[in-house]
Amino acid sequence: MNALRACAAGSVDADTGPRPPDLTVRLGRADDLPAAAAVLIGPHSMTLATVVATDETETPDGDLKVRYVFEPTTPGGPDRFVTLLVSVDAARPKVPSLTRTVPAANWHEREMQDLFGIVPAGHPDPRPLVVHDGWPQGVFPLRKAFDGSRRVPVEPAGEFPHLAAEGEGVFEIPVGPIHAGIIEPGHFRFTSVGETVLHLDARLFYTHRGMEKRMEGLSPLDAFYVAERICGVCSVAHGLGYCEALEQIAGVDAPPRARLIRGIALELERVYNHVGDIGNICAGAAFHYGTATGMRLQERLQQMNERLTGNRFLRGLVVPGGVHLDLPADLLGALAGTLQDTLSGLDGLMGRIEANPSIVDRLDDTGILQHQAAVDLAVAGVAARASGVDRDARRDHPHGAFAGPEPPGLQVATVFEGDAMARVTVRALEARESIRLIGEFVQRLERGPLEAALAEPLPGGRIGIAAIESPRGEAVHWLRTDAGGRVERYHLRSPSYHNWPAVALAAETAIVPDFPLVNKSFELCYSCTDR
Amino acid sequence: MLQILINALRTGVVTVRYPAAQSVPPDRFRGSPVLRAGSHLPPPSVCPAGAISEHFDAAGRRAGLDLARCIFCGRCAEDPWADAVSMGRDFELAAHSRDDLRIEVVADDPAVTAPAPSRDRDAEAARISSEIHNVLGRSLHLRHLDAGSCNACDWELAALLNPVYDVRRLGIDFVASPRHADGVVVTGPVTRNLETAVHRTFEAIPDPRVVIAVGACAASGGIVGEGYASAGGVDRVLPVDVYIPGCPPRPEGILFGILVAIGRLDARRRPREG
Repeated sequence: MNALRACAAGSVDADTGPRPPDLTVRLGRADDLPAAAAVLIGPHSMTLATVVATDETETPDGDLKVRYVFEPTTPGGPDRFVTLLVSVDAARPKVPSLTRTVPAANWHEREMQDLFGIVPAGHPDPRPLVVHDGWPQGVFPLRKAFDGSRRVPVEPAGEFPHLAAEGEGVFEIPVGPIHAGIIEPGHFRFTSVGETVLHLDARLFYTHRGMEKRMEGLSPLDAFYVAERICGVCSVAHGLGYCEALEQIAGVDAPPRARLIRGIALELERVYNHVGDIGNICAGAAFHYGTATGMRLQERLQQMNERLTGNRFLRGLVVPGGVHLDLPADLLGALAGTLQDTLSGLDGLMGRIEANPSIVDRLDDTGILQHQAAVDLAVAGVAARASGVDRDARRDHPHGAFAGPEPPGLQVATVFEGDAMARVTVRALEARESIRLIGEFVQRLERGPLEAALAEPLPGGRIGIAAIESPRGEAVHWLRTDAGGRVERYHLRSPSYHNWPAVALAAETAIVPDFPLVNKSFELCYSCTDR
Repeated sequence: MLQILINALRTGVVTVRYPAAQSVPPDRFRGSPVLRAGSHLPPPSVCPAGAISEHFDAAGRRAGLDLARCIFCGRCAEDPWADAVSMGRDFELAAHSRDDLRIEVVADDPAVTAPAPSRDRDAEAARISSEIHNVLGRSLHLRHLDAGSCNACDWELAALLNPVYDVRRLGIDFVASPRHADGVVVTGPVTRNLETAVHRTFEAIPDPRVVIAVGACAASGGIVGEGYASAGGVDRVLPVDVYIPGCPPRPEGILFGILVAIGRLDARRRPREG
């Protein structure tokens, strides 16, 4: 605090919150923001967790606000968020850009410019991010005055501005948004000389559906079904993150049995994702036996998901307050059998990959993400741990079955090479650890209630924040209720949101034909980035 | 290499026989909701996706359910409506028309039943199916078009190519270019940022072409609905031939819909119970 006071020219007021261990620091002058962020990032070795803009023009404050949320990077450090809060004049909405000193802020600042009209002054790349060509000037969909239920006319517009390189033998290869396989949409603009990638400009947000606006004004219990459907393959993680934020606001804890069942579901989601992803990486290297094996193992797990919860993506299990379905002994027995088969299938598949020089050659040294780049971009999950960043929200921000007096001993898998092979290795290690954890959670299950009652209306004007380790890494959920206890603002920062810029960096170390492999080794979601 | 062959032989055939053999979903599976006439049906506010509607006429309150919007969460089948609604087992829900996916019952009087679907529409659907069948034959090559899905429907489409469902055994395949396709399977509600790409992909497919809307978002807008970033369903943008409800539909439910589209199966082949 003293360091923050010393660096600021304006007033600095600190309060506890949103959770008891957290700190919210109000900066009287927005211009003090870069210096304050530098104190948190430098001497306190914190990193940017999320940035949340809110429109509070209809409240007594009558302003826009931006909250820059930081978190510690020390492995197993305190579970704490520090929020830098600045007030922005709605008539002249402008804040100093942090991107030059905190590269992870890049997309956050472009997003708040598009959706709130808050200009990040001095941003090195202020192109539109979320809204594409033809979006009318001066219309900001996440402002409260904007009616989100209406469609906005498309205005005539030119081509998407991108970095153009010229010179002998320099080519531009546009790919997407519609791709050749069954995958999500995004546009990639490669600039290359021969096969060597000089630069990659990824344009995303094609699947921007306005999910955050969609949730505003809903009862938080209804909005849960929207949060659970932001992303298919992260349904448990995002549903759980929303629930934990909501339960904080309500002052309710899920019962112990529900917490363990949530833990089983979260790890099961990780296993079916990782096993399928290893198979898909084999597809990128034309190793069809590996692809078919990964698909078969994943299919078996998704059939198990359907037996457990009635849905192949585990939807309908986690609900606000606890879990909706119990896991009786017969289903748990079937689950144990499936996981045992998955484990031997995974070991067999990894053995075949590691024994096959033509696959190893494709994966080794391909798409390297340097450790420092992973740190600067606040990269999350498998991609971070494969570049030697020892972070895992299950340990650093305990949630679900990882919270409580006796957390399970979690082995965080970290390797240092930063290439596609490292990301495959981390996935295999994590899938094995998740299978072990599910066994441990099942052992710990004791009889008890499944749901804690949540009385509506929920307390008004409160903030909940939760970080969940999804299959792709840490997702940060930020939820606030309005005076009537309805959803005023919800924001999801998915792991893919921080990891996409890292894909572009890693691709620049590869050749064009290896891009599918590099991309699959990160295996990011478009839908939870774009929302 | 030898080990790979041995492993493959040891694994054996894992492919299911659907649709030749019936597929039985597990006990907890939540299929098409079944509404019971003459019971206390839930009000529209219960459904987070807006699939339940009601209106009042001389016969009493009519409650309706739009299967195209339903996200199969099961909330309307919980207390205090557990007597009025149960989650059925039916997953073969594809239909040629949005109207065929609307279920209407009267809440207070079990004697008044829902109006039968109009004959004309059935005849029109049969005509389209037979035309598609005549021109495209029994085989169908499809292009996938993600129009803003949450990726669950996409994964289920990809699952159709896995060794368990292996739709190529039925002459169905997913192709890389719309120019090689007989039709398009669309997932997602059609976002504003993809509307141009959706039009261009459709126009690149030679005529005649089928459009199959997969999942609640594509079929109706689903939980996303219509808004500043979403058109609220594929039929707002393209002419849809077959709607496949589900959030997401099971792979076999999607396969059923594809077979309906090429006239190899009748839509909604099993009558609803209750």
